[in-house]
Amino acid sequence: MARASTGDHVQQLRMSVFRGDASEGEMITYDVPVREGMVVLDAVLWVQANLAPDLAVRWNCKAAKCGSCSAEINGFPRLMCKSPVSDYGAELSVRPMRTFPIIRDLVTDVSWNYEVNKRIPKFTPSEKDAFDPQPWRMQQEDVDRITEFRKCIECFLCQDVCHVLRDHDRKDAFFGPRFMIRIAGLEMHPKDSLDRRPLLKNEAGVGMCNITKCCTEVCPEHIHITDNGIIPLKERVADLYFDPVRALGRRLRGGGREPDRGRSR
Amino acid sequence: MAEAPRETVETDVLVIGAGGAGMRGAVAAALSGARVTVICKSLLGKAHTVMAEGGMAAALGNVAHLDSWEAHFADTMKGGKLINNWRMAEIHAKEAPERVLELERWGAVFDRTRDGLIHQRPFGAHTYPRLAHIGDRTGLELIRSLQDVLVHTPAVDVHMEVTVASLLTSDGRVAGALAYARADGRLILYRARAILLATGGAGKIYRITSNSWESTGDGTGLAYEAGAQLQDMEFVQFHPTGMVWPPGVRGILVTEGVRGEGGLLRNKEGDRFMEKYDPERMELSARDVVARAINSEVLAGRGSPHGGAFLDITHRSPDFIKSKLPSMYEQFLKLAKVDITKEPMEVAPTIHYYMGGVRVDAETGATNVSGLFAAGEVASGLHGANRLGGNSLSDLLVFGKRAGEAAGAFAGAHGGSAPIDSRQLEQATERLLAPLRRPHGDSPYRLMSELQEVCTKYAPIIREEKGLREGLEKVLELGGRAQLCGTGGPNGRAFNPGWHTAQDLHGMLINAEALFRSAIERKESRGAHARSDYPRLDARWAELNLITEKTPDGMAVRAVENKPLPYELTEVISQSFKRYTPEEIS
Repeated sequence: MARASTGDHVQQLRMSVFRGDASEGEMITYDVPVREGMVVLDAVLWVQANLAPDLAVRWNCKAAKCGSCSAEINGFPRLMCKSPVSDYGAELSVRPMRTFPIIRDLVTDVSWNYEVNKRIPKFTPSEKDAFDPQPWRMQQEDVDRITEFRKCIECFLCQDVCHVLRDHDRKDAFFGPRFMIRIAGLEMHPKDSLDRRPLLKNEAGVGMCNITKCCTEVCPEHIHITDNGIIPLKERVADLYFDPVRALGRRLRGGGREPDRGRSR
Repeated sequence: MAEAPRETVETDVLVIGAGGAGMRGAVAAALSGARVTVICKSLLGKAHTVMAEGGMAAALGNVAHLDSWEAHFADTMKGGKLINNWRMAEIHAKEAPERVLELERWGAVFDRTRDGLIHQRPFGAHTYPRLAHIGDRTGLELIRSLQDVLVHTPAVDVHMEVTVASLLTSDGRVAGALAYARADGRLILYRARAILLATGGAGKIYRITSNSWESTGDGTGLAYEAGAQLQDMEFVQFHPTGMVWPPGVRGILVTEGVRGEGGLLRNKEGDRFMEKYDPERMELSARDVVARAINSEVLAGRGSPHGGAFLDITHRSPDFIKSKLPSMYEQFLKLAKVDITKEPMEVAPTIHYYMGGVRVDAETGATNVSGLFAAGEVASGLHGANRLGGNSLSDLLVFGKRAGEAAGAFAGAHGGSAPIDSRQLEQATERLLAPLRRPHGDSPYRLMSELQEVCTKYAPIIREEKGLREGLEKVLELGGRAQLCGTGGPNGRAFNPGWHTAQDLHGMLINAEALFRSAIERKESRGAHARSDYPRLDARWAELNLITEKTPDGMAVRAVENKPLPYELTEVISQSFKRYTPEEIS
């Protein structure tokens, strides 16, 4: 039986966990003894070791470095390893991420993300840089600009919470915040030479984002996904496609409506 | 008769593990013309490498112009107490700079010096500032950069969340591997001309560890069973600084970067106790020295409230701490409610790294089983009796590349994969599926937890014969029980962690047995292997490596003489000898 002791210290936790697969499932409640400093992942693993040996959960480092243990705790997308039980009182619920198909219990099929990643052209230095026999020089401030994006641990919580993917299921039209950040990290890399703006406008669908900033809110790495990543990318795309001076230039040249895809900057 | 795998995958080179060594190896094998299949237990990009924080050691000389491969070599050998495979240490020191620069050209981003070169941070027992880094998440940077290259290499296929149960051999040559997909439990037979093991270490055999769940010693277990020799299995590194409090986070790594950036160690009386243990290098002494120092302070009653030491970086500005150690700041704030810009951290030793592993050829990573290669933490030799911080990430790149190329060349030289021995396959399948048929067998979770208790208790930071023998007996007893263990409950195949745990246990037990057997044999104290009954370094043991191998009578350990250092390398080391600490000389 769950009971909260005096103050904020909880002796026992009543945790309900989704058990089931893609076709059916239910919330099952477990009573878990709480020790100091326990995080939700500890509680789930305690249940696994003691009450439900087949409880499926994905996790690796338990130190918020690998981004494997994403789930929805009381409805909020979070890393289980970074969510102290003491933040929740005597009861909480854990469900799998809703945006991805369920494999079993808390484990979802996130393979779509890996397919998307393959469609982003890799880091490509200019030919001059690639064959430069001297070590590269870059300034710390240029590195600092993309460091934020490269902190991403691919927990896919931002993908989970993105309205375009979650509510409208437009995985066909939008790569999602994670891959906007991936592209931002490449586009703003001081030594990268590709132009991924056509990709952003078309396949990656940067225009689908309507800047509700939910992704930024759930990011465990505190990446300013919208402000520092998506909005600057939108601006870059707008510069290329919607700048009136450039548009006039294109019309005068008599070219097509769109610039060439994948050309070098 | 056991059920046969319905799915067969044919490939030239099979890479098992997708951390730094596996990915670098896969790219190298593909560049040498091979078709490559990479399999990993987790999702791609989640490997334990992402937890590496401090940086990768390479004598680029960007910060200290005097640095050289010779200095790096000498530091590595001294840190390893001279029983390193010297040729590996030489190759590593010479090739690490090239590999780091190559990674940069593949898109990795490092912190910069004022003139725009890769910045290098000081680290324990490195004579010069040597670690290329980006904040305190260098491992993640390495993984993301390699991942970018890997997924854009057409000759490489990646199979995620697949676990290998057994290697299959034919006439002393690898032929393939029996594996299962975690998601649905289907069996997969991989047939390959060459196999590269890159599975990491076995830190999970201890209770307090910085390692992720994956570090269950799969590669050493698989190699051992396939007839490969293991080496130096007694050397397990305690990282001096793991989190201590609260209990839920005990063991999580506190990067050596904290000390690299000026962090000070103090006991409860406020003394910088490293003065007593290594007055010259203080907090930046070798890991084994610092770990034992903290242990001694705690035993002497001068520990912190929860049995550790204080690590203090508050004399640095909050902005500096947040930019150089962002994930440490976040980790303590969130998990321990400690603001490290204002308060000291509480730290104690935690199991971190396996210096021992599969015995390999220095040049190619080849094992004694034809077609079987190993690189990274699963391989042994480079680090000797104690690994220096930062040498692991560069190890992955240097030997991942070499082993990948060698595996690719081996595959090219052999027209097809070796035939599958159907009896072997059947036995492997039988063992893999057996726990599913024992709903009332012992719980694998309980067995794993008992094993972790045994290793923690009987093979601690300071060991002695009686405890080691007792530990070995308990491991053997657990091994007997594990042969009859079930899944702990339901026996479905779809993502059933009880079944997965029963499988992981198999490799862990091999690693634990090898650890105890080797630790009993090495009757001296050297590097990470410290014994209260043989407290001194013994010169006779400096020439011996301990080999663990499978014999008809079970696991056997024997000493073999290592190859003597050539004269010019002896000179390189003796020239830097003045930097030996009193403890090292004793």
